[in-house]
Amino acid sequence: MLPRCRPRPAVTRLLRSLHSTPICRRELFDPSNVERASDDVDVCIVGAGPAGLSAAIRLKQLEQEKGREIRVVVLEKGAEVGSHILSGAVLEPRGLDELLPDWKSRDDHPLTQPTTSTSMRFFTEKYDFRIPQPPQMAKMGTYVISLSRVTAWLGAIAEEMGVEVYPGFAGAGLVYGQDGRSVLGVRTNEVGLDRQGRMKDSFEPGMEFRARVTLLAEGAHGSLSKEAIRRFKLRDGRDPQTYGLGLKEVWRVDPSKHQPGKVVHTMGWPLDFHTYGGGWVYHMDEGLVTLGFVVGLDYANPYLSPYRELQRMKHHPYFRNLLSGDSSRIAYGARVLNEGGLQSVPKLHFPGGALIGCSAGFLNVAKIKGTHNAMKTGMLAAEAAYDALDSSDDGPVDLSTYEESFKKSWVYDDLYEVRNVRPSFNTGLGLWGGVAYSGIDTLLLKGRTPWTFRNTQGKSDAAHTKRASECKPIEYPPFEAPLSTDILTSVTLTGTNHAEDQPVHLRVRRYLTPGEDVGREGSEREKGLRTEKWTEDVEVRRAHVKTNVGEYAGLLGRGCPAQVYEYVDDEGADTATEPEKAGWQGKRLVINSQNCIHCKFCDVKVPTQDITWTVPEGGGGPKYTIT
Amino acid sequence: MRPSAVRLLNILVPVKRTVDYAVKIRVNPDQKGVDLNVKHSMNPFDEIAVEEAVRLREKLKGEVKSIKVVTIGPPKASETLRTALAMGADSAIHIEVPDSAPAPEPLSVAKALRAVIQKEKDNGGVDLVIMGKQAIDDDAGQTGQMLAGLMDWAQATFASKLVVDPKAKVADVTREIDGGLEEIKCRLPLVLTTDLRLNEPRYASLPNIMKAKKKPIQKLTPADLEVDLTPRLETLKVTEPPKRVGGGKVESVDELITKLKEAGITPVKS
Repeated sequence: MLPRCRPRPAVTRLLRSLHSTPICRRELFDPSNVERASDDVDVCIVGAGPAGLSAAIRLKQLEQEKGREIRVVVLEKGAEVGSHILSGAVLEPRGLDELLPDWKSRDDHPLTQPTTSTSMRFFTEKYDFRIPQPPQMAKMGTYVISLSRVTAWLGAIAEEMGVEVYPGFAGAGLVYGQDGRSVLGVRTNEVGLDRQGRMKDSFEPGMEFRARVTLLAEGAHGSLSKEAIRRFKLRDGRDPQTYGLGLKEVWRVDPSKHQPGKVVHTMGWPLDFHTYGGGWVYHMDEGLVTLGFVVGLDYANPYLSPYRELQRMKHHPYFRNLLSGDSSRIAYGARVLNEGGLQSVPKLHFPGGALIGCSAGFLNVAKIKGTHNAMKTGMLAAEAAYDALDSSDDGPVDLSTYEESFKKSWVYDDLYEVRNVRPSFNTGLGLWGGVAYSGIDTLLLKGRTPWTFRNTQGKSDAAHTKRASECKPIEYPPFEAPLSTDILTSVTLTGTNHAEDQPVHLRVRRYLTPGEDVGREGSEREKGLRTEKWTEDVEVRRAHVKTNVGEYAGLLGRGCPAQVYEYVDDEGADTATEPEKAGWQGKRLVINSQNCIHCKFCDVKVPTQDITWTVPEGGGGPKYTIT
Repeated sequence: MRPSAVRLLNILVPVKRTVDYAVKIRVNPDQKGVDLNVKHSMNPFDEIAVEEAVRLREKLKGEVKSIKVVTIGPPKASETLRTALAMGADSAIHIEVPDSAPAPEPLSVAKALRAVIQKEKDNGGVDLVIMGKQAIDDDAGQTGQMLAGLMDWAQATFASKLVVDPKAKVADVTREIDGGLEEIKCRLPLVLTTDLRLNEPRYASLPNIMKAKKKPIQKLTPADLEVDLTPRLETLKVTEPPKRVGGGKVESVDELITKLKEAGITPVKS
């Protein structure tokens, strides 16, 4: 297959020309010069997660109530609904109760494990003891679930109601109006491009869905959401979003260790008192336990490896005991989550669409629950969209009523109450200041204070990273299989895979007009597709390696929970002219994009902020079923 | 002189819904099977079979009358059929079995396919059956051969190249065998099983998936086909392969010979 594309020595070339079949050379894909299939829908939702599916189901409910038909399409980059869903999780059923009041009577629902007890424990290296927990976490009436399974169940319900759900198709780009000021729909990913971006025999261009309403429900730090926020300046006047990285494993534990419905949250070891984070252990149904931890991505030490932290957390006597006996690990995964709370919620709507769920960022950090808010905002957006589509006005739909209804809803109250909790951890007092303040705020004041802590410096998580020279490398203990294993063994458990010969979806890219004008690329022909100006050339790559290796000890190589990034030795790196081979002082960056589990850590945390996560061919990525 | 009747090809492609090839499988605690609560997709060799049928139509154009896909499986297997329809098949037959039913064995599958082919006689019959050489869950590799035996048809297994001449009712097949490649000429009707190098399956594009929703899927039960799918084999135990033990190093050839002798390997005079 490939030898066609490599330059051949003269002798063979001569022989080739006597051959009867023509040498077929692959052409480079030109995004401005392609015919796309197009389809018209009323609402296009990007992401079949709790928010996206709640919006879809709500739209179909409104269709049944009011009679006006509405065509709803949901695009999902995972191979199946639920494949890319990862969460703790303890679900507050508030959103579900409103969406499907009769859910308990459906006999296939996966919320089979109610929470039976909640507690909080503080860990030191050898010991652990119970500590008081904020009342928001002590709340009962919740369920210990696998969010992947619940989402798959919601997906089946949506399909029954007539929603067109298309797993295996990623929302690759937004279709902009002629003036670049509104969104007219979504374009799916191309398939059949080789690693150099040339069209293979199996090439098919992405399809365009022209939708009057586009709802972005991609989860935390979604790729299209990032683009929409940047281009429509939805963050003006708000704090930047801050994130945490959640890593988890699911174990089948020894029956003697299993306490169904037990919910435990942990603080302290292995994280130091300057690093925000904490762990959890939830006992699920069917003898399974989910455990994991979240680390705030504003961590300062570039030597920190969230994966190694998780593995050494399991060496603690509490976990050793829990996972002893007849136990086996059945899942692993990671995903970034929002921590900015109310202060970081952007403007929620733009001409032609809106952000719902974690794409906007409604996670309640004190409870570490966001699914109920995601579902409710999905429903609110659906109601606003349905009414907005009622008007016969042809122009881009205005969903400002969604933003208004959000401000009046219990989601807003839910977030308002805890808005000062996470920022209180960002003072010099670190963990202690945060615990002290949050203790008072959540137990006594319940957020009824006149002040709101803002991120006045506007510092992103990446900017909080200190230089490696200012920090100490962390000595992680060696792995003790089967309790703790090396990262690649864990990555196989995610079931992640991407078709090999496709462009690397993690782009080392620098935007030329950061957040300013809507630029144009390509030929004069307008297909309603506009892109910004950026470069991915040798200089960007070289600068990336120089800063990341020189100043930050190769942070991505340590931090990525799937070992996608490696800074390897390569003598020819300094003089190489191709971006992929370019490097600095004998080191270059290798991106093993096949391992990617779509967590978005790199996009958030890379100190040079030059990694743009784009969608790979749909159907790839992790195959979570029980996370 | 009267022109010979144009014989149009009817192609049948049996497909199987199996655990996705990228999933890490786990043996169940009861050691009777593997965890099936994971992602399933079409058996990769069957995808190649569907692709080959679609390519035949692209090559032979009007001479291919129909491409029918058939599967035996639980209700969820209809998704596999929809994928095949999106790749280019015309219609599908779903032989539905309950979720709890054990996976059918190759002989049962072959008998069911024979029944389907006999049923299709009213629709013009079947000239060519293209199927995967084996399913990646049981690796049996028997169904194609058994079907050919039951039908008394020609069989060409492990095909890496297929050229069909519908007028002469002959197919040239290149097979992958241990010694290399074997080229055979087969008379239709033919059962062909696909090997990896036959083709690279296309992606089902979204417009095609949307069109596939309108293509017909006929639902049948094993009783409709008068076929008994009860397993004749009983799985006693399923375990993971033993963990790899490290090897040892030897310092000299004499030590190597001693170790070989200890292991019970005796020299043979050449």
